[in-house]
Amino acid sequence: MRDTPDTTEKISTGRRHFARGVAALGGLAIAPGVFLYHTAGAKPDDQAVSSQQRWGMLVNTNSCHEECDACVTACNEENGVWSLGRPETDAQWIRKLNVRDRQTGHVTSMPMMCQHCEHPPCVDVCPTRASFRREDGIVLVNKHTCIGCRYCMMACPYKARSFIHEPLEDQLPHSPRGKGCVESCTLCVHKVDRGDNTTACAEACAEEGHDALLFGDLNDPESEISKRLEKYGGTQIRADLGLNTGVRYQGI
Amino acid sequence: METARFSAIDANSTQYWILLGTLVLGALVGYLAAHHMDVEGHHITGMSNQIVWGFPHVAAVFLIVAASGALNVASISSVFGKVDYKPLARLSALLAIALLVGGLAILVLDLGRPDRLIIAMTVYNFKSIFAWNIFLYVGFIFITAIYLWMMMERKMNRFSKSAGFTAFVWRLILTTGTGSIFGFLVARQAYDAAIMAPLFIIMSFAFGLAVFILVLQASYAWTQRQLGDAILHKLRVLLGVFVASVFYFVLVYHLTNLYATEHHGVERFILVDGGIYTFLFWVVQLLFGCVVPLVLVFMRPFSQSRHMISLASLLVIVGGLAQLYVIIIGGQAYPLVLFPGMEESSSFFDGVVAQYAPSIFEILLGVGGICLSLAIVTVGIAVLEFLPESLSDKALRLESVTP
Ligand code: SF4
Ligand code: SF4
Repeated sequence: MRDTPDTTEKISTGRRHFARGVAALGGLAIAPGVFLYHTAGAKPDDQAVSSQQRWGMLVNTNSCHEECDACVTACNEENGVWSLGRPETDAQWIRKLNVRDRQTGHVTSMPMMCQHCEHPPCVDVCPTRASFRREDGIVLVNKHTCIGCRYCMMACPYKARSFIHEPLEDQLPHSPRGKGCVESCTLCVHKVDRGDNTTACAEACAEEGHDALLFGDLNDPESEISKRLEKYGGTQIRADLGLNTGVRYQGI
Repeated sequence: METARFSAIDANSTQYWILLGTLVLGALVGYLAAHHMDVEGHHITGMSNQIVWGFPHVAAVFLIVAASGALNVASISSVFGKVDYKPLARLSALLAIALLVGGLAILVLDLGRPDRLIIAMTVYNFKSIFAWNIFLYVGFIFITAIYLWMMMERKMNRFSKSAGFTAFVWRLILTTGTGSIFGFLVARQAYDAAIMAPLFIIMSFAFGLAVFILVLQASYAWTQRQLGDAILHKLRVLLGVFVASVFYFVLVYHLTNLYATEHHGVERFILVDGGIYTFLFWVVQLLFGCVVPLVLVFMRPFSQSRHMISLASLLVIVGGLAQLYVIIIGGQAYPLVLFPGMEESSSFFDGVVAQYAPSIFEILLGVGGICLSLAIVTVGIAVLEFLPESLSDKALRLESVTP
């Protein structure tokens, strides 16, 4: 059979379809989170999340001021986590934790949020795989498959998760939330995916002039976070649990 | 081999319909309460981001644990070959299924998204003990139903022993699975104990048998069938042994926790200054749920009275609910420890004991599940041949001598 321009056209369309199919399959393979990116409208489809990165945070508690909660406010604004005036049931993705040494009376203040564990108990226990860890270390909840069993909240050692106790309005498009599901800090995944290379809390902290929060790639030896960690070290909270957290602390 | 004559109970009485109507109504009200919670969101309940599992879980776990234990009577006859218990095996299996269905209904209705049940049934995370439990529960209902069929269908009788054995093994795994739901929560001080799974197994024996005794006594008294002393007193002694074992395991659990320094905080909380949890532990769980029933079943003249056997069973149930309340809710009320030895505070209730009081909706849902279980039994014994026509000593003795 002769190759008419027509058939060439067909073949190449066929190839394009095939290529797209492969890409789609690849996409399916990366993580169930692909679905979430679409709804969140964040990540360009052609870039896969890869384990070459491990996103993390470094908290320097020595620069963190007890009375400052700029990170909390910024997170709430960025992700539309509004308070409904019910502290027991309101969601909190990030909170200021004050730790007082009974002996000396010294108070250390620090932000506490999802630690983006490498071995996250929340993911292990989730019956439907709605809790998942992306290749790049960010731990998320797929809001389409979370059944609201709250087992992940029981399992998380850091009390990092919140259950949505009432119908929500005014949600932001990049931050889908809904009644009956569980949520937690996303490490500003929408910002990370669009290449901001920082999070709302870290930005706010820098704006305040405290610079206690640093976001970065723990796998890149050249990144600021890796350099600082190498030089000064960083502690994991409840390191005894062996979760290898992505959020590290200095000064505790 | 089986010579006991079984028959469905006569449902043509006003009392029967009043009973069934009440139970169905209770289940319906429970469903409506759950529906209301679903529409409004869980903020109308006592649950919060601190106490994420509340009273519905207490009731559900109780029913699930009791379901596994209710099958005990059947297992004793089929697995351990005690023929005296054989006439009771059918009721035991029916009760097991009914209790499990009631417990599961509560669990599902308390989900944040009960409409997504299908996801839970189709997407499994095999690392999750929760997912395993879904599989174990469905399997349990299936296997027990087959076991029942083997017992009730004459042609299938010869398989009933192996079906009974399968059900027995399955239900031990099932209760291990239920206990492990808590055992896997390493970060929570109250649950970080290897003894959790065996504790749940022994709890299941006691709770399941208590429910079984009550249902047996009620159904025989209300249908004017004869329930002889011989079989009832066998069950009474068995109940005593199980309750004593629960007591022993609770003792070991707390002693080992007291041995581990990092658990002193939570132990002190439950045993000394936990307020309602301390009260529930000492007074309801231990005194009324263990000590009093032991006195009632083992000491004359109490042990000779049928009413006292009923009372003992009822107390074991109340004590069991209290025990699960202390484990499930008390375990969450005690704050997570991020920095051992330090004082923690935040806007998210770090370092403080969480407050919880069940809302009316949660209680209605819990009670609704119990009603559903009992309604299933009530219908079951009226449509199929679950109950022997007589369990009098004479009838039973007759049975045990005929080949
Ligand atoms: S901190 Fe909690 S929610 Fe975050 S990954 Fe670890 S276990 Fe999961
Ligand atoms: S609440 Fe949602 S994310 Fe958490 S374990 Fe259950 S299904 Fe998974």
